[in-house]
Amino acid sequence: MPPALIRGLCQLLDNSAKKLVEVKDLKMHFPVYAGLFRRKVGDVKAVDGVSFDVYEGETLGLVGESGCGKSTCGRAVLRLYDITNGSVKINDIEIGETPQSELRPMRPEMQMVFQDPQASLNPRMTVQAIIQEPLDEHTTLTKAEKAQKVGELMDAVGLNRAFAKRYPQAFSGGQRQRIGIARALALNPKFIVCDEPIAALDVSIQAQVVNLLEDLQEQLGLTYLFISHDLSMVRHIADRVAVMYLGKVVELAPREALYATPKHPYTQALLSAVPEPDPTKVTGADRVVLTGDVPSPSNPPKGCNFCTRCPAVMDICKQIEPTYQELEPGHFVACHLFETTGEQGGS
Amino acid sequence: MTDAAVAKPPRNQWWDVWDQFKSHRGALISAVIFIAIILIVLIGPMIWPYEPTKTDIRNKNMRHMLSCFGLDWGAIAGCLVNPTESGIKVSWWHPLGTDQLGRDLFARMMFGGRISMAVGVTAMLIALVLGTAVGVISGYFKRFDWALMRLTDLFLALPLLPLLLVMVMLFRAPLSATFGTEQGIFILMVTAIGITSWMPTARIVRADVLAIKEREFVLAARSIGTRPRKMIMRHLLPNVMSPIMVSATLGIANAIITESALSFLGLGFPPDFPTWGRLLNDGVQYMQAYPERVMWPGIFISVIVLCVNYVGDGLRDALDPRIRGL
Repeated sequence: MPPALIRGLCQLLDNSAKKLVEVKDLKMHFPVYAGLFRRKVGDVKAVDGVSFDVYEGETLGLVGESGCGKSTCGRAVLRLYDITNGSVKINDIEIGETPQSELRPMRPEMQMVFQDPQASLNPRMTVQAIIQEPLDEHTTLTKAEKAQKVGELMDAVGLNRAFAKRYPQAFSGGQRQRIGIARALALNPKFIVCDEPIAALDVSIQAQVVNLLEDLQEQLGLTYLFISHDLSMVRHIADRVAVMYLGKVVELAPREALYATPKHPYTQALLSAVPEPDPTKVTGADRVVLTGDVPSPSNPPKGCNFCTRCPAVMDICKQIEPTYQELEPGHFVACHLFETTGEQGGS
Repeated sequence: MTDAAVAKPPRNQWWDVWDQFKSHRGALISAVIFIAIILIVLIGPMIWPYEPTKTDIRNKNMRHMLSCFGLDWGAIAGCLVNPTESGIKVSWWHPLGTDQLGRDLFARMMFGGRISMAVGVTAMLIALVLGTAVGVISGYFKRFDWALMRLTDLFLALPLLPLLLVMVMLFRAPLSATFGTEQGIFILMVTAIGITSWMPTARIVRADVLAIKEREFVLAARSIGTRPRKMIMRHLLPNVMSPIMVSATLGIANAIITESALSFLGLGFPPDFPTWGRLLNDGVQYMQAYPERVMWPGIFISVIVLCVNYVGDGLRDALDPRIRGL
């Protein structure tokens, strides 16, 4: 199927597709204790009011620089943390406040692929045992049925079945990530959070793993939240892209719109940093180079989080937090340049 | 992927463990010696003609057979072949000699070995179970951490010997009355040693659990919905195996030594009941004239402790799939 057709279908589907995941005003603050009596002195606002929806069957890319809260956001959506505030709905079931014990029966629906395939596999378990663990926890299959299922999963992710009794350290990085993907697939989930699944792999293996993820999505109708800092890879795999900066989503748009007409100055700066493979097109003139460092998430600046580094900063940016609003259908931006509700509207 | 590869059943993991264990020469030799000593102390008393407590005053204070090597060059062979006519008091019937009451030291060594090893292994198991449980619970469940660690500190702060002394004084009579003299004291000894030596294990295990708990595979297990019990059994315990194994081997050694110390102080088993520590204690008074009476128990305690440490070292490597390699 040509990509244009897929894109068309996706856009067609976008209007009718069901929201599988709805995240509203998600906040994940980690308390900071200090002093002799371990008093709470503040919060690290890793995720500070994030809202997005993920439609069934689509891939939502979540990009941003290191430390902006992407991974925390992914984990909070799966309720691997007890979130500070906000609502997370998966399949129309609110799980934001649900205690961990009641979440357990819902775990098969939502799974996660981790960033570091070395660290996310227990070195004391065989591949068989690792892939089988979800089955042990949530199904009552017999031993033979489980072994059969593990074999099928290993086939599905392109691992040799004969390696089932080996330990993770006997595999290469790409193979380990396949083990992690097989584990995530074991319970036929609908929604998978891919937390930088390719960041720890080299480029040739990245392509294999991403293609595997795409094939699996096509075959099994999976929905991905694809967290990455690799903008070209997100462009390849995602249908819509959300850009995060310091715990907030600054822009969310369909892929084409985001890459063609980025609105937020941060998105523009991010995109201008993507290397251009064609040397004749490189001019260097349109590079937006940000100065300074990311402010600490425990002490974000007043007003817009990006005001300390923004090339188009205005006075209002340092006073009032911009609202997150829909600029065009499906294109959300949080920036005073495009604010239409405030006193200082328009750009 | 060929059909043959699919059809071949994977190799049993325990063969890999054995292969790795074999490659550690010290561990292998130690295991052989350890097993040999265990077999001797288990089977020996059944076939050896002398009872460990039988006195034979005519044959008291016999030397051990190594005394032959103290003679002139020419006399050594004669002494070894026909000890009775060598001029010193040695006999093949009492290869390690006899004590001041004519009790055969070889029989006493074998019988004492049984007790010492039983005490060592049992006390180690008690300490290990206690220490691992306390360590895992306080490392994994944050709400118990403070209380359990302060309890550990409390036990560490207790002076060991006075505590053991008090325990022996308090519980010796009731336990002996309930279970019989030997069993009562055995229970008392292993419990006393066990509950006074679990603290280092608890601390090491807690530290490791705290580190492993933050690893991504634990998060992965949580995303699957693994319950705490399975999380501990499946993910945490196998990964703290190494420190537990080390604690175990040191624990056996420590327990044997503590038992010896207690027996040496006269707080352990009754005087006519041999253990290696007791034999050491009995031999000390005669050490000048008969050094073998402290030498043999001392050597065997050291050898057992050394063997156990080596075997533990080898086992730890063999059970770690990262070191084992494939």
